[in-house]
Amino acid sequence: MGKPASLQAVHIPLHRRAIDALRRAADGDVFYSFIHSPVTVAATAVTLLIILSAVLAPWIAPQDPFDMASLDLMDAHTPPSWMADGNPKYLLGTDDQGRDVLSTILYGSRISLEVGFLSVIFSMVLGVGLGIVSGYAGGWLDAVIMRIAEIQISFPAILIALLTDGILRTVIPEARAEELALTVLIFSIGISGWVQYARTVRSSTMVERNREYVQAARVIGIHPVKIMLRHILPNVMGPVLVIATIHLAVAIITEATLSFLGVGVPPTEPSLGTLIRIGNDYLFSGEWWITIFPSAALAILVLAVNLLGDWMRDALNPKLR
Amino acid sequence: MSTSGAPQTSGGKDILLRVRGLKRYFDVSQPLLNRLLEGKPRQILRAVSGINFDIQRGHTFALVGESGCGKSTVANLVVGLYRPTAGTIEFDGQDLAKLQRRSELAAIRRKMAMIFQDPYASLNPRWRVFNIISEPIRAFGLLDDKQAIIDRTAQLLTQVGLSPQDGQKYPHEFSGGQRQRISIARALASDPQFIVCDEPTSALDVSVQAQILNLMSELQQRLGLSYLFISHDLAVVRHMADRIGVMYLGRLCESAPADTLFENPRHPYTRLLLDTIPDIEMTGRKRVPVAGEIPNPIDPPTGCAFHPRCPRVTDVCRRERPHLRPVADGIMVACHAVDAPDHLSGSQAAG
Repeated sequence: MGKPASLQAVHIPLHRRAIDALRRAADGDVFYSFIHSPVTVAATAVTLLIILSAVLAPWIAPQDPFDMASLDLMDAHTPPSWMADGNPKYLLGTDDQGRDVLSTILYGSRISLEVGFLSVIFSMVLGVGLGIVSGYAGGWLDAVIMRIAEIQISFPAILIALLTDGILRTVIPEARAEELALTVLIFSIGISGWVQYARTVRSSTMVERNREYVQAARVIGIHPVKIMLRHILPNVMGPVLVIATIHLAVAIITEATLSFLGVGVPPTEPSLGTLIRIGNDYLFSGEWWITIFPSAALAILVLAVNLLGDWMRDALNPKLR
Repeated sequence: MSTSGAPQTSGGKDILLRVRGLKRYFDVSQPLLNRLLEGKPRQILRAVSGINFDIQRGHTFALVGESGCGKSTVANLVVGLYRPTAGTIEFDGQDLAKLQRRSELAAIRRKMAMIFQDPYASLNPRWRVFNIISEPIRAFGLLDDKQAIIDRTAQLLTQVGLSPQDGQKYPHEFSGGQRQRISIARALASDPQFIVCDEPTSALDVSVQAQILNLMSELQQRLGLSYLFISHDLAVVRHMADRIGVMYLGRLCESAPADTLFENPRHPYTRLLLDTIPDIEMTGRKRVPVAGEIPNPIDPPTGCAFHPRCPRVTDVCRRERPHLRPVADGIMVACHAVDAPDHLSGSQAAG
């Protein structure tokens, strides 16, 4: 039986494999196209910067805006530090409760990103799961899932999110409404976005299902669920990552919209959308900084993520190479 | 060649696979709503409409025919990718349709394997070769020790002429011929007795084809394998097969030992196929082009399905479908014209 001594070399340690993978990626077309697109490099840098500062907010923010003790109402409505009445302590000024606008933006983008990422993951798991089952099983199951998808896609996503959010809020008992607010929001935004994943994955699954490697697995009697998870899933995930990136921008915007409308996160833990809504009340009394800076942060974040997604869509599309 | 013996079936021999009255129909109708609105009837595609054959242990049975004649459907039926519409498939004395329990089914599946046509599609591009080859071992629970699986995979890779280190690579790092070797190694992993080969060389370069065919013959001798060999390439079939079945439009029209079939084709369709083989010795010979096209299997011709293209067509052929029946020792033909003595002598003169 073979030559066991020489076979020990067959197994390459994990870290060597990871280094190899990175080296291959650095040599690849995708990396080349990344390096030669300054807009994409900038968008990536901005996205990473925002994510990093959001994650590190507790350490880098000048003030903890949720800590009531550190707030001083006397400092409320302070304009940005470079203006006449500005206070160097508050670079971008303070809001009506004396919270430092820069700190609220850092903490707010934390919540916006958290809701965005979690709802994208929720949408992705739901959509990819239903899509792969739909494409692999075919028949009536496929028909049912796809009709539901078509009905849902005929409504704007924001409407679905609003509707789900509204229903869940009335169902949930008042006492737990506060603590479940984020979950409700994530579920509502997530449920509004699964269709795109499902349709894309379904069509790729229908192609992969008939390829011979799937037949080879069926011949040896591999369970359909295992075939879907281990054989088909890795081969249909490429487009899903692109959709997820673009969807992240949409999810952040949806969250901001819901929060702006007052049905999103509670004002005690404001996201960017909530901050914009709060600041909106003071826009016409001349205190523009309370709403403009969070809006700018949201716009920059969404733009950067969108540019990244656009580049990914082109770079990973073999037809455009 | 003896033609005097009584019609002989291979009943007494060691039969590994016995196929009887195998049928597979596909419903290709328009959706219900369209049928109702446009008044279209149901459409049934008869891919395989009743075929019988046996495969002896250690032998190779080849199915040949033009594309669309149903030979790949037969392959898929035998390995269980499709369920038969009618008929039985017995493997090693067990009727596959009667096996309901997963464990029984797995026991049979372990003894069968399949090699596919397209070496680029038959290996999962995201899997390492090691995992591809060891999948049957893990699926059937043949070995549970990791080191034992590594050793077995290395042995399989060596057996098909690759190196054990190739197990760490991905399929895209190999050529078409090497991929087909990987496919063969995977087929051998569960230690099968019987391998269904669905056009295993038709996607390969001619030079590589010979290597793969030699490897398959060598493995057959060494491991005592039986093959069901599906091909449209008669030159390849001649190299591999012990017995050949010629299929036309879902039915067998001739079944004979390989040598006999090539030396003395009886059915007009077999002759037509043989005439199309390029042959160095016959350079300059006037080749008869294949007349006509294969008819639509949704709407097959009446009587003998081959009659619109047959040079020997008579009125009987248009009315009645000929049945596959023995005409000589081990030779079965479905043709009204073959019985006639003048036709038999004519065919010998031509051969």
